[in-house]
Amino acid sequence: MQPRRDSRLNIHVQGWLLALPAVVLLATFTHIPAVVTVIDSFYSTPRGVRRSVFIGFDQYQAMLADPIFWKAFENNLLYALITVPLAIGIALGMALRVNGRIKGRAALRLAFFTPTILPMVAAANIWLFFYTNDYGLLNQIIRAFGFANVNWLGSNATALWSLMAVTIWKEAGFFMIFFLAALQQVPPDLYEAARMENAGAWTVFRRITWPLVMPTTLFVAINALINAFRIVDQVIAMTGGGPNNASTLLLFYIYQVAFSFWDSSYAAALSTVLLLLLGTIALAQFYLLDRKVHYR
Amino acid sequence: MKSVVVRSVSKLWGDARAVDNVSFDVEPGTLAVLLGPSGCGKSTTLRMIAGLDEPTSGVIEIAGKDVTGLTGSSRGVAMVFQSYALFPHLTVADNITFGLSVRGTPKAEMATRLAKVAALLGLGPLLARKPSQLSGGQQQRVALGRALIAEAPVCLLDEPLSNLDAQLRQELRHEIRALQQRLGITMVYVTHDQTEAMSMADRVILMRGGKIEQNGTPADLYERPANIFTAKFIGTAPMSFLDLDGGRVLGLRAEDIAVSRDTAQGVHATVTSVEYLGAEALVTCTLGERPVLARTRGAGAPAVGARVALSWEPAAAHVFDASSGNRLAIDPGAAIGPSHFQTLQSQGSINA
Repeated sequence: MQPRRDSRLNIHVQGWLLALPAVVLLATFTHIPAVVTVIDSFYSTPRGVRRSVFIGFDQYQAMLADPIFWKAFENNLLYALITVPLAIGIALGMALRVNGRIKGRAALRLAFFTPTILPMVAAANIWLFFYTNDYGLLNQIIRAFGFANVNWLGSNATALWSLMAVTIWKEAGFFMIFFLAALQQVPPDLYEAARMENAGAWTVFRRITWPLVMPTTLFVAINALINAFRIVDQVIAMTGGGPNNASTLLLFYIYQVAFSFWDSSYAAALSTVLLLLLGTIALAQFYLLDRKVHYR
Repeated sequence: MKSVVVRSVSKLWGDARAVDNVSFDVEPGTLAVLLGPSGCGKSTTLRMIAGLDEPTSGVIEIAGKDVTGLTGSSRGVAMVFQSYALFPHLTVADNITFGLSVRGTPKAEMATRLAKVAALLGLGPLLARKPSQLSGGQQQRVALGRALIAEAPVCLLDEPLSNLDAQLRQELRHEIRALQQRLGITMVYVTHDQTEAMSMADRVILMRGGKIEQNGTPADLYERPANIFTAKFIGTAPMSFLDLDGGRVLGLRAEDIAVSRDTAQGVHATVTSVEYLGAEALVTCTLGERPVLARTRGAGAPAVGARVALSWEPAAAHVFDASSGNRLAIDPGAAIGPSHFQTLQSQGSINA
């Protein structure tokens, strides 16, 4: 028995050693900062000679009374609610289009995928040109049809929606790749079996394609949802959260609080809330994916 | 009226002729097998009957009607795919009733027909399961049920048993044939397995290189093969061939050759191997350089290396033209028996 236990121990040590680099990296840059953030959120921000002191849930109470936090939260919810289904719908549509046998399929796939390879800041700058008030592309077009200029990024009514368009444009091509992979996993026989029954295109989509790509849709939806709550770069590049916080999103607000207002403790509290939110979504992902990928 | 008529049908993929001017018809209520090695065009022919592929030229009629431009159910055919093509996300019941629901059949009628098909195939206890929870044989039954519930007059089966083990294959072979006869439907069945074809078919259509080699009853193909290809392809033990004079080939079935230790009569040969199968044994002899396969009783098989005499009834001899491979008509008097063969051999005109 003795030598066997030794070799078992040995295997465990080996296993941990193999996992060590990943564990160290994850712990250093993800887990420890996360825990520290949560702890910091219960202390006041140190200023000058004033040391930070334990203040319990004060930051969270302040958050509940903070109208900008609620505005950012509301904006973010709306942002997710609009961009996630639209990006998924467009991605699936594009994938269906380039999955068929059509001419120039590779070129079309590449075209749909291009926005994904651009850095967000570059994409944001391209769209700044589209949205610019006087000589922007969009305004030139609508002027040609006889409408008045719209200040896309500068008005309360349109700023958030303009940002959403960029997100959808950028993400749809990326999600298309996932859908394309899923579509190519569907055995062609299934479509032929449906053809034998003279099922129409819509019936085939609704009863075969859609349920079979469901696991992918779910996976993409969860990731899109997480992304929607992590958007910050195009807000910084395009609107700076304005006008009047009309396009402020959670992560951007955290960034502002931490690095413009230097209220690191309140930022930690906000981060904790965002962390909880994202954690919940991730948990839902694991739960749903385990449940819904039923047919394999 | 014929159930299926295939008239001068060709299918070209680019320049390749997958099916080359094929014509045949299938009587109602019979089972026709499209048989042949892989790449012979049998599956393409079936897909054209199904309407999944359109012929490059030629006409297909189902129940007397030209069905060009129609697919599957609208031309009155149902199909069982080689891979079964079951929808993985649907239950057995939903898989079977898929076609009915697409056509908007009322729920009550759907339930009655489902119950009938389920009883027919013994699928009752499995209706709520998903395909992934079924064995291969059960999946095959579901695929069959999906084809049968439409009550289409013609049912097409594309190598339906090729993914199953030998035991199950044999069971389902009987079952499919019994169902076909009981329901009185027409079946066109594609396979590369000649045993399957011979045991199930009313008619076997043997194909090679996109053309029909022979179209006849299983007995026709076995007893009067139209050419050397058919003679080689049909039968569990391959036919033995010996070259005769005048560009002719003599073909002999293993069971038609008698092996005798008495070398006084018959053609002399040496036993090179014996395959013992219980009731019988397959004895391979060499005659000159040619292998000759003979079937003997298992108990009395000769030993390897023994000198034996081979003999056969002259009427059992098949004679083919060596260059075209076609069967030659031999009048009974000129049939080639062992004694005739010996004479030919001693004259040096035989290259055995």
